[in-house]
Amino acid sequence: MSKPVQQLERVVIRFAGDSGDGMQLTGDRFTSDAAFHGNDLSTLPNFPAEIRAPQGTIHGVSSFQLHIADHDVLTPGDSPDVLVAMNPAALKANLADLPRGATIIVDTDEFNRRNLAKVGYAVSPLDDGSLESYHVHALPLTSITVDALAEHALTRKDKERAKNMFALGLLSWLYTRPTSTTERFIKTKFAKKPDLLAANVAALRAGFNYGETTEDFAHTYQVSAASMPEGTYRNITGNVALSYGLVAAAHRAGLRLVLGSYPITPASDILHVLSGLKRFGVTTLQAEDEIAGVGIAIGASFGGALGVTTTSGPGLALKAEAIGLAVSLELPLVVVNVQRGGPSTGLPTKTEQADLLQALFGRNGESPVAVIAPASPTDCFDAAIEACRIATAYRTPVILLSDGYLANGSEPWKVPGTSDLPDLTVTFTTEPNGVDADGNPQFQPFLRDPETLARPWAIPGTPGLEHRIGGIEKADITGNISYDPDNHELMTALRAGKIAKIADTIPDLVVDDPDGDARVLMIGWGSTYGPIRQAARSARLTGHHVATTHLRHLNPFPHNTAEVLRRYERVIMPEMNLGQCAMLLRAAYLVDVQSHTAVRGLPFKASELAEVIRTTVDGLEATK
Amino acid sequence: MSIDLGMPSSGVAFVPHLPDGATPLGRKDFTSDQDVRWCPGCGDYAILAAMQGFLPELGLRRENIVFISGIGCSSRFPYYLDTYGMHSIHGRAPTFATGLATAREDLSVWVITGDGDSLSIGGNHLIHALRRNVNIKILLFNNEIYGLTKGQYSPTSRAGTVSKSSPLGSLDTPFTPVSVALGAEATFVARTMDSDRKHLTEVLHAAARHRGAALVEIYQNCPIFNDGAFDVLKDKDQAAARILWLQDGEEVAAGDHVAVRADDGSIQIVPRATASPTRIVRHSIDTEHPSSAFALSRLTSDGTLAHVPMGVFRQISRPTYDDMVRGQVSAAVDAGGGPATDADLAGLLAGRDTWTVSG
Repeated sequence: MSKPVQQLERVVIRFAGDSGDGMQLTGDRFTSDAAFHGNDLSTLPNFPAEIRAPQGTIHGVSSFQLHIADHDVLTPGDSPDVLVAMNPAALKANLADLPRGATIIVDTDEFNRRNLAKVGYAVSPLDDGSLESYHVHALPLTSITVDALAEHALTRKDKERAKNMFALGLLSWLYTRPTSTTERFIKTKFAKKPDLLAANVAALRAGFNYGETTEDFAHTYQVSAASMPEGTYRNITGNVALSYGLVAAAHRAGLRLVLGSYPITPASDILHVLSGLKRFGVTTLQAEDEIAGVGIAIGASFGGALGVTTTSGPGLALKAEAIGLAVSLELPLVVVNVQRGGPSTGLPTKTEQADLLQALFGRNGESPVAVIAPASPTDCFDAAIEACRIATAYRTPVILLSDGYLANGSEPWKVPGTSDLPDLTVTFTTEPNGVDADGNPQFQPFLRDPETLARPWAIPGTPGLEHRIGGIEKADITGNISYDPDNHELMTALRAGKIAKIADTIPDLVVDDPDGDARVLMIGWGSTYGPIRQAARSARLTGHHVATTHLRHLNPFPHNTAEVLRRYERVIMPEMNLGQCAMLLRAAYLVDVQSHTAVRGLPFKASELAEVIRTTVDGLEATK
Repeated sequence: MSIDLGMPSSGVAFVPHLPDGATPLGRKDFTSDQDVRWCPGCGDYAILAAMQGFLPELGLRRENIVFISGIGCSSRFPYYLDTYGMHSIHGRAPTFATGLATAREDLSVWVITGDGDSLSIGGNHLIHALRRNVNIKILLFNNEIYGLTKGQYSPTSRAGTVSKSSPLGSLDTPFTPVSVALGAEATFVARTMDSDRKHLTEVLHAAARHRGAALVEIYQNCPIFNDGAFDVLKDKDQAAARILWLQDGEEVAAGDHVAVRADDGSIQIVPRATASPTRIVRHSIDTEHPSSAFALSRLTSDGTLAHVPMGVFRQISRPTYDDMVRGQVSAAVDAGGGPATDADLAGLLAGRDTWTVSG
């Protein structure tokens, strides 16, 4: 008695519940199933900083949104088509994001007087008609789950906890997904707890079967596989991709990767992932604080390793002095900053792009560093490799600016072949590179490569090259302490010039302008890539011609940046800050870049940016 | 998981030594071409001279020795030694040393620091390097004053110190560095003095031999801002009555006085004639419990220098952090069949949950 199947091009589903309800896991599993099914997808986890906020409150609501489609997906979706709300708080916190006509699945067992009161509902929204514009499926998820597990020897509480698997099973049925991959996952996760294993599998199947038998759902939906380039794919989050990028770069450089890190949201997962990769020669040290984390990385680089430290905004502030030292020492250093809302503690679990100026200028003195930012969760892999390339080739700190959305968001990733990865082989200096006043061979630690302006990397243990480096200004070539005015001027220029030279080895900006006659350019950096591309697509559908381009390198900018910016009558830059990159572009190129900003802790909605494009294009047309 | 590392016993176990028959290195080999720029009469000169005499005695290859310092007068030290060196930032030298010593087991890593650098701005790093027992040797030059910033009181200045920043006397209770180190789970703690080259050299040898973190407090005279702070220990007659030379297995004594255990757990210095023989303290550096060493360290906490233990307070054997870190990595590499290959990397990137799109 299977029900009719309706084809969908795309769907956005949001699972929402209490922090302890397992919504992140549920979302993760649905994501895996969708990926396995061949959909393109993008995800947006959203959770509170509190580990377990008071149960049933708005503060404690955790959600996971995923966008699956039969075509390429650029964002996690502006608004959910389906909301699964495990309690009144989850409904209340998310309702405003739902368009009229959206589907809502709620667990009526949780809609009791106590839970309703906690979030200020005098009357249940299920009963007062306030949800009449939506398709509401009010189901007693908890009690059906408990009933389905009647035969299982578990406490009632443990049975109730399986309700997320019941919900997942129901959604799997609704979107015609087999439950087999999730069953495999449960079997691995609960291998040592057979009671819970059996119960979770039973709850998952019960949810699936419930969909099939209930009258509540008239039909199921199907989102076909997307057509993607040939290859082997997996789903991956930004933080995992970034971790793997670091490992791949060290592998291709032939260097040992040494991570010094102090736990901080949302960067800690990189420390966790790398701690598990000792098999790849990765050394991870959990430091006593942020400063020690970067100090360990610099010490390791001095010894010839690839030193990396990972953090988020407040930690970058603490590391500033040591990064300045690395600028002065001219040693490779990769600093990963997974940005979150600021200032101060700010919004630890929410995304923002407001550390750009801190990355560029947040140190004393003229202290230039390279800065790059990944555009998407999968680009975190390539951006990490690029950061390591620049750090080792130019002997400089590189700040890699990820953000909370990229870190936790996921998308399918075409797994690269290892031979496709760049060769980052590093050569240490092993022989004297000059002569002293008497003509004897001498090592000159600040004699530079004319191409890159990089200084030699001579590591302890190399006979004859003993030398001292430090934070006091050094004489050009010899590296001896120097307070000479002209020398300081020269060294300051050399350090800046070295960073500027990186632009010779980075790709030009690529402009996307399918109509070829756009007068408006929307330019982004970092995680705004998806929303900007999606917005442009949607604006073009209404006849609004727009060009887009994206900055991956923030310092230095690509060589053709000025030319690209000056090609358009209007340049708009959306940023999740108050216009930091726009300020840089205006200062560098005297182009009237217009900022469009939001600091709501969430990525831009494509629809919002599409509207900005339309308004700008229409305004320009009107003045023709 | 316990890892059998076949624990090395010496601080320089993996550091390449000069081959047999090679010309031994001398003081000159460890002297850089830079002019030494401390104030005339600074105790740092004596420490540098002792170090340049001591390093050749280690028999190590010069290129495998690294000095890392923070900020302060003492932190200029690395510039004057012709080894590898890093003059880093204020208080953070132990962090760079930790990264280097963990990445490179073949190096002998020394940290040069002062009382302000290590106990004020860098206090956090000092205690964590000690508790982890990283195989680094920390030489803490204690002159009880800030020199480079021109004479403010330091965290070891005696209470009431009148300085530029404390015209009515400092109000801070000072640290006793040896007490701090013992409280931080240090495995090697010693004290010596700039002017006593023989003792200083002995202590440096003991520190170098120790596998793990070693904290050596060196009383050092600042002739400009705190001149004569340790003069009572340099005057022969006074020193005889004040300095308790710590020798493993020997009674702790100075002149006709001897250390005894008091009922409150402290150690008191009393005339030998009045000391109960069962209470006389016999020094043991490798007693697991640190309370006796700690009680000895408190003898100087009143700042009077009436009775000053000198020598090794404590030296116990505990696995070092860097050895264990390397042990975990090499065990994982060995278990994986040797260094990771391209195929291993490909396996990591693909993970366990892939799907294939074909054209």
